[in-house]
Amino acid sequence: MTDTVPDRDLLLRMEEITKGFPGVIALAGAQLRVARGEVHALVGQNGAGKSTLMKILNGAYRRDGGTIVFDGQPVDFHSTQQAQASGVSTIFQEINLVPYRSVAENIFLGREPRRLGFIDWPRMNQQAREILEGLNVHVDVRQPLMNLNVALQQMVAIARAVSFETKLVIMDEPTSSLDEREVETLFSVIRGLKASGVSVIFITHRLDELYVVCDRVTIMRDGRTVDERPMGEIGKLELVARMLGKELGEVRRAGATGFAERGRQATDHPLLEAEGLTRGRALQGADVTVRPGEIVGLAGLLGSGRTEVARAVFGADQIEDGEIRYQGQRRRFRSPAEAIRAGIGFSSEDRKVDGIIPHLSVRENLTLAALPVLSRAGVVDRERQREIVDRFIDRLGIKTAGPEQKIRELSGGNQQKVLLARWLCLNPKLLILDEPTRGIDVGAKAEIQRLIDELADDGLGVLMISSEIEELTEGSDRVVVLRDGKTVAEIDHDAINQDTIMTAMAHGDSEPAVQPEP
Amino acid sequence: MATQVTTDLRGTRQGSQWARTASVLQRQGVLIVLLAVFVLGVLRYGENFYSSFNLWELLRNNAYFGLIALGMTFVIMTGGIDLSVGSVVAMSAVVAARLSPDGIYVATAGAVLAGLAAGLINGGIIARFRVQPFIVTLAMLLAARGMALILSDNATYPVDFRSSFIDIGQREIGPVPLPVVIVIIAYLLGSIVLNFTRFGRHVLAMGGNEEAARLAGLPIWRVILGVYAISGALAGLAGAILAALSYSASPISAVGWELSAIAAVVVGGTLLTGGLGSVGTTLVGVLLIGLIFNVLNFERGRGTFELNVYWENVIRGVFLLVVIILQSRLARRSLGQR
Repeated sequence: MTDTVPDRDLLLRMEEITKGFPGVIALAGAQLRVARGEVHALVGQNGAGKSTLMKILNGAYRRDGGTIVFDGQPVDFHSTQQAQASGVSTIFQEINLVPYRSVAENIFLGREPRRLGFIDWPRMNQQAREILEGLNVHVDVRQPLMNLNVALQQMVAIARAVSFETKLVIMDEPTSSLDEREVETLFSVIRGLKASGVSVIFITHRLDELYVVCDRVTIMRDGRTVDERPMGEIGKLELVARMLGKELGEVRRAGATGFAERGRQATDHPLLEAEGLTRGRALQGADVTVRPGEIVGLAGLLGSGRTEVARAVFGADQIEDGEIRYQGQRRRFRSPAEAIRAGIGFSSEDRKVDGIIPHLSVRENLTLAALPVLSRAGVVDRERQREIVDRFIDRLGIKTAGPEQKIRELSGGNQQKVLLARWLCLNPKLLILDEPTRGIDVGAKAEIQRLIDELADDGLGVLMISSEIEELTEGSDRVVVLRDGKTVAEIDHDAINQDTIMTAMAHGDSEPAVQPEP
Repeated sequence: MATQVTTDLRGTRQGSQWARTASVLQRQGVLIVLLAVFVLGVLRYGENFYSSFNLWELLRNNAYFGLIALGMTFVIMTGGIDLSVGSVVAMSAVVAARLSPDGIYVATAGAVLAGLAAGLINGGIIARFRVQPFIVTLAMLLAARGMALILSDNATYPVDFRSSFIDIGQREIGPVPLPVVIVIIAYLLGSIVLNFTRFGRHVLAMGGNEEAARLAGLPIWRVILGVYAISGALAGLAGAILAALSYSASPISAVGWELSAIAAVVVGGTLLTGGLGSVGTTLVGVLLIGLIFNVLNFERGRGTFELNVYWENVIRGVFLLVVIILQSRLARRSLGQR
């Protein structure tokens, strides 16, 4: 790692930071060094440890090991308040302010100026106005916060942070809910902060933004810091490669996953054709087509709209514009129930949050979606249920003590198989899998991948969202790449490799760039 | 920095016409309805309706609702609920009746302290053990009712009517009954506390976004303890007034009053989820509910319909539900469906 900044100019030095949670190592020696008055980008895949590192810095978590030197002093913050008092403020992804209260109140919450024990409203409003004007924001500070648009609310959060004599502001995905003009506004405020000597740690998944506003970048992967560079010295493609841990032009290896060689001819009649899906800022014209017997990989960085495409197709979110044709007919599912009746299954990204019901048995979890089919007049036909459960436990090789075992006692891979079975027992025509192998050990992973393969061979159309490049290169017949809610590339089987996918994710087309962008 | 950006930053979210109307309705609607019902009453029943006796009587008879609704306003603004106020009123009334021979100050203070104690227990448990407020105050509802029965020996306890204690309910200052004066002072104080003290602002901040309040380092537990203490103490004061007005304290009085108080608070435009509300409109809500039942009484007097007294509870229940549904819809519109 290159030392790009001399030690004496550093405001923050975090070294060899480790942190474990029960069963997981979140940080295994992370490093972060931020100079005074710089805007420092922190990037990495989901689960790379960025958020954990920031929570350790702002006192929300305690570290297991490592040192933190802030402003020349070794520090160990016990709470966010303590960090704030020492000059570290955090602007959270979800704006942590009180919507119904006025702008001024939000800035001074907990430190309201008082006279004779009563709140001094004129002074509070005056001071709030001055702080905001210092950020070049001109709003009526007496109006409720919720009257402001998201960008301005973010400015208020920043104003609050600045009012604490902040030396370092952490911004975790501050632009995720802003439109382009609002982002510009935020950037001008960030430049203002920088000019006044305040340092900013900027976390985003939008690569373009890094180059606009950041001076240097720290790249994290698997709980470690893998690189630290001046922003101008690393191109987008290299940045993505470092985040994913791949070498540029790395040869495609065979057999890293459980997928067999793909690329069979699918039938000509598309099962699903979605065109121009639009919803808010998350989806801005996404297209995807799936034919029966085909595995279509959906690639893109976090926040590119992958899950949103799946939710829109499945009827979980309503699209504002665009067209969905299913089995040749124009359809717009108003609810997941409608989509399920039409033969679509959706296995979601987060098994624990919206997949399994931990305290129920394998049997109950497996047949959850099939209950309407299995019951007559509201009474579940236990015999048929039992039969289906036994069949799928056998077919998918689910390792369980029996159908009545609680699903939470199963391993991650087996839980995932139960969830797959939940959809398969409905005989779906289209199966949407969001990160089907996340958090599953290697052996089970290959098994699930083989299973997906077989299902496609049997004629099932599969739309597979994955952050793992190998899963996409080896498992897909085609790969659709999303970027900022738009489909930017559709890569045919013969052209699928890590370079084409990564290039499309970074630049928006699948032609490898000749030179890295500045 | 560019001037262009400066102009951009002036923009605020423009609500639709309907959203603005909804917002006005949500905040001012209750006052409009109150005036409408009043005008209707005057037109229909003439002099009887607005004669001074009837109006002051209306205020006097709603004084205790006014007091518990004020406390309830603070509790609901934090996102909590206090279901125990009815029982606490009954318990405090019995305490006041027992202490009535000792005069107005001792008896009233006794009742207020009894209520305050109940409120502190509620708030203490909610803040310390992070238990759902409705469970804690539901338990207190039972416990306080039990205390009322114990202290009164399960019988209506007479108030010493030669005592100065009677004044708290019966005395008049000029044309204004003392309970009404107390209510007006309480609401003025409540409004000042809400708008001009840190405690008041923190009540609203906590109800609006508890996580943000916590991250801002606000003393959450003190806010919780405070609002339940206020609610309890005001219920105690209401109990004293109830005992003085009825010359006795029944341990089984004030059943279901918590719902009337909640109805008044919600009618007044305070969000049940907390974070948004005002003290003044709660008083308007109390008066509106009182007025509506007054109108029903007039109708019954004219023989428009036969109305069993028990129907009043049914009407109160339906009314509360209708208001909550209407209010949450208006709130959703004015907040732009967030």
